[in-house]
This record gives sequence, C-alpha cells and structure tokens, in this order.
Amino acid sequence: MSEDRNSSAHAWSVRPALVNRIVYTLYALCALSVVLDLFVHRHEKFAFAGSFGFYAGYGFVACVALVLAAKGLRRLLMRDENYYGEADD
Amino acid sequence: MLAWLANPAWLLIGAGLLLPLLPYRLRQGLLVLAPLLAAGWLWTMPQPTVVTAMALGYELTPLRLDGLAFVFALIFLIAAMLAGLYMLHLRSRMEPASALVYAGAAVAAVLAGDLITLFVYWELTALASALIILANGPQTYRVTLRYLLIQVSSGLLLMAGAIVHIRATGSAAFNELGLDAAGGWLIFAAFGIKAAFPLLHNWLQDAYPAASPSGTVVLSAFTTKLAIYALARSYAGTDILIPIGAVMTAFPIFYAVIENDLRRVLAYSLNNQLGFMVVGVGIGSELALNGTAAHAFTHILYKALLFMSMGAVLYRVGTVNGSQLGGLYRSMPYTTVFCIIGAASISAFPLFSGFVSKSLILSAVGYEGAWLVWLVLIFASAGVFHHSGIKIPFFAFFAHDSGIRCQEAPGNMLLAMGLTAAACIGIGCAPGLLYGLLPYPVDYAPYTGSHILSQMHLLLFSALAFTVLMRTGIYPPELRSTNLDFDWVYRRWAPAVIERGMSGLAAARNGLHQSLNQAARRHVQGPRGKRVESILAGHAWTTGSMVLAVTLVLVLYLLSYFS
Repeated sequence: MSEDRNSSAHAWSVRPALVNRIVYTLYALCALSVVLDLFVHRHEKFAFAGSFGFYAGYGFVACVALVLAAKGLRRLLMRDENYYGEADD
Repeated sequence: MLAWLANPAWLLIGAGLLLPLLPYRLRQGLLVLAPLLAAGWLWTMPQPTVVTAMALGYELTPLRLDGLAFVFALIFLIAAMLAGLYMLHLRSRMEPASALVYAGAAVAAVLAGDLITLFVYWELTALASALIILANGPQTYRVTLRYLLIQVSSGLLLMAGAIVHIRATGSAAFNELGLDAAGGWLIFAAFGIKAAFPLLHNWLQDAYPAASPSGTVVLSAFTTKLAIYALARSYAGTDILIPIGAVMTAFPIFYAVIENDLRRVLAYSLNNQLGFMVVGVGIGSELALNGTAAHAFTHILYKALLFMSMGAVLYRVGTVNGSQLGGLYRSMPYTTVFCIIGAASISAFPLFSGFVSKSLILSAVGYEGAWLVWLVLIFASAGVFHHSGIKIPFFAFFAHDSGIRCQEAPGNMLLAMGLTAAACIGIGCAPGLLYGLLPYPVDYAPYTGSHILSQMHLLLFSALAFTVLMRTGIYPPELRSTNLDFDWVYRRWAPAVIERGMSGLAAARNGLHQSLNQAARRHVQGPRGKRVESILAGHAWTTGSMVLAVTLVLVLYLLSYFS
C-alpha cells in the first residue's frame, strides 16, 4: 500500500496525540465507573455478580482470554488464503 | 386458491415473479412498495386470524396470525423494505426478483399454520436464497451448490419428520412438537440446520460472504430467524436448546477474532447472536420468549446495518479484507457513522437497540438460576463488543491509513443505512415501541441504574482490554488466510478418506484378481477356467451391482465436485 505523500497526507493520518487523548479518556472512564460501583447498589440475580467490580473484571479477563485463545487457535487452524482453491479476489 | 393467495406474503412473491418483466423505474418502485404495502396489510389484520383450506386430503392452514407470528412477519417485511432500498441501484433483475420471492417465502413460512405449508415455503426460501448467491457471478457456482445441498437437506428432514409426525398423531398442525417421538427429532434437526446449530453452522459462514454487497444484507435477515421462529413455535422450553444456544454464543467469537474477511466476521457474529435467541427458546418462559422475539427484531436491524456498511465498503473498494483496509473514515464518513451505530447496537450500549432486547434473555436466564449459562452469555456479550463492536469499524475505517481513497456510498445505500440506524436508536431510546409488539405482556424496565452501570463496566473494560492488547502488540494482526472450521470435514477430510478408501479397494481388488487369476490358470483347465476368468474380469456383473456401482461413482463425483 503506497501512502499519499502530498501536502494533504497529514490530514489523512490520525495524529498520535489525538489517539493518546482518546485512550486516556477511556482509562479515566474505566476508573470513574469502578469508583461509581462503590456508591451504586446493583441488583443482581446471582450473589457473585453483585461483588465489587464484577463486570469490569470479568469483561477484561474474558476479552484477554478470548484474544489469547484465538491467537493460539490460529496456529492450529490458519491455512493459505486459497486453501480451498476458491478465493475470489 | 384464494385462501392461499390472500396473504401479505404473496404480495412479495407475486411482485418478485413480476419484477423481471418490468422496466427499471417500475422495478425500483416495486422493491420498496411491495414490502411496505404488505406490512400495512399485516398491520391491519386482526389477531388471531386463521385461514384453512382443504388440500391433499388434509385440512391445511395457509395463514395463521397470532402474536408470535406477527412480530416475526413484521420485522421480515421491514427488513425486506430496507434491503430493497439498499439494492435500488442494481440494474440486474435476478437478485432483486429473488430477494422479493425469498422475503415473501419467509413471511409465508412464518404465517404457515401447518407443517406441509411450512415445508413448501421452507424449500422456497432455500431456492430463492440460493439464486441470490448465484446472482453475484459464476465464481459463486460451487458455494451456491454447497449451500443449496445443505438447505434442501434441511427441507427433506422437515418433510420426513412431518410425514412421521402426521402418521403418528393424525395432525399436521405446526404447533408444539417436542422431542418425545421420532418425527419431533427429525423436524428438530431440520430447524437446527437452518438455525446454524454448532457443527451444522458452516453453510452460513461459507455462503453469506460469497453474495453481492446487497445479497448478503438480504440473506442475513431471513433464513436463520425463520428457524428461530420455528423453534420458538414448536420447541419452546426444550431443555437441550439451552446448552446448544450457550455453545453457539461462545465458539463463533473465537473465529470472529482471527477472521480477515469482515463480512465473514459478521457471519460468525450472526451465529453468536442466534445463540442468545436459542437459549431464550430453550428456557421457554414468557419473559424468555419475549426476549427471543425482541432480540430477533433488533438483531435483524443492526446485523443488516453492519452488513450494509461492509457492503458499501466492498462496493466502493472491492474488498472487505481487514488486512487491506484502514483509514476509510475520511472517504466514507457517513458509512463510518452508520457502522458505529450498528456496532453500538449489537454490543448492547445503553440507548441502542441491543441493550433493550438482550437483557430480556439474560434476565430470564437469571430467573432460572442457570449461573453457568449466564456466565457464558456474559462472556459472549463482552466478546461481541470486542469483535463486532470494535474490530469491524476499527479495521475498516480507522487503524492505519491504507492509502485507499474512494467515494462515499451511493445515495440509496446511505438512505437505507440511515433509516436502519434510526430504527436502532429509536428502539434503544424508546423500548416501549418494541415491547408493545411482543407476543406476551412485558413487565420489564431495561433502564435501571444498576443495569446501565453493569453493562458499562462490561463494555468499558472490554474496550480497555482491546486497547491494552493493541498497544502492547499482542493483538493478532489481520492476515490474509483461511481458518479451518467444521466444513473442513466435508470439504477436505471426507473426500480424501473416500478417495483413499476407493483407491485402496481398487488395489485390493486388482491384487485379488491377479492372484486368483494366476491360481485359476495354474489349476483349472478347459472351459471352466475361462468362466472363472471372465467373472473375475467383470464380464458377468448383474444389473443390480452395476446400478450400485454407478450410484457410488455419482455420489463420489458430487462430493469431490462440491468440496
């Protein structure tokens, strides 16, 4: 993929500073929501789900586990794009 | 005859059959107007409505409208209208015509009150949808045949099950069936194929990404949700559906993470969303069945929206491989926004449609006390956000600049996406609109502080996991590849085994032939010896064994041809 190196090229790429700002906002929101958990009494059908920060911890661990497992699966399952001989592009 | 044709579904089927004969402008009008008129007709029909007719010596029910049928028929007609708008620019005739017939057949199947009527429309959806895939060009020939083979076998199972059931009970009614008798199991398998149960699922990921940009939008709405409706009609409260559904929510998301074709990622996530609905049917309480119907309704909209946005990318760029895309938000800003709305809806963000429908099912699971299933569904919910909510928009529209500069999607595509997006937000902000359409009264408030906070925790920390994995370089890059799934068994393993077995048999037969021949030459003299030789050489095969051999060769040929 050749990059457009003309004068407007800069406008096309996302500035690292902006990315950082988005990421720090996300960190802040995560922190804020966990703090909020101290003050909101959540009504849960299962007692374990009512424990402090349950959804936050479970969501984080679930996603990391999902990605790591999927990455491992790639070693087992990944073949050439035209493995079945029917690639249409 | 009139009993069969006086049916909103036939407005679509008739329009689809008429469409190829009309000039372009009229074809365009028909694509949008037929579903709209049919929806209006459906809306004004009293509930319950039951129309019966005599055919084949049985009293059949071509039309039965009640609460459950209404909500599925209505969303099918809305989806047909939106998809029609999305394909308005098509000059070809085959895809729009097939789409109308397909949507009409799906509505007719939902409105069917007996198993024979259901079977007829069940097979019509298979044929019409196969034509939609085929309309994308000759390169889809083999995938279309694979798809058709599997869809038609679902129909054959349904027919066999219906015959067994009718002979056993004397009733052809399409109502509660259960798994107490053989007929029930056969029909269950037929529904399971179309609902893409685990290991019966690969036709979906195989065929849907092979259709045209608009073809996939049409396909995503009907077949699988018709199967969900059929399961809800006949197998509500069947316990085995709960583990089946739970597995369905979880295992496709691993594939979705590593898949490169973004429309195939969406096909895997479609499979995962069906799992939530299957769990709801398995629980079978009023809350759970409301949840299944509500989730089918919202899911058809946001999944169509996501397929529309990826279809627009495919239409403009020519590929939806994550490895080749990136930075498209500048070229396609509206499509980007619509895609993000679809992503937020499927991820169940508060104020978006998925939030108000999925929680009905999760709540029903909670009332059952099924904590393990609940944990699997929460895991799958976090995973959905991860691969559909973040991965799809991120790799298509952001990530790095791929250097691709293209036009924004055509106006009719934008309009279709805009309307679908508006529906996703509308339902999310005013859930009463949706709850009012459900088959049972709803006593449920999705917007409690507790529910919003727990969902935001789940989503924010899933996003955090994605961010951390991206920034540390652990997240697997998008790679051009094929990932082996269960279809490998029938596309590679079985043909290879059969080929090896047949060549082994041939070798054994040759060996036996030779050694017997030698023995015969050595020990038998005269005309008897000649006879032994001629039998062994195959001159004296009976007609029966020839037919068997020809059949075997044909089956082998078919298998190796489709693999």
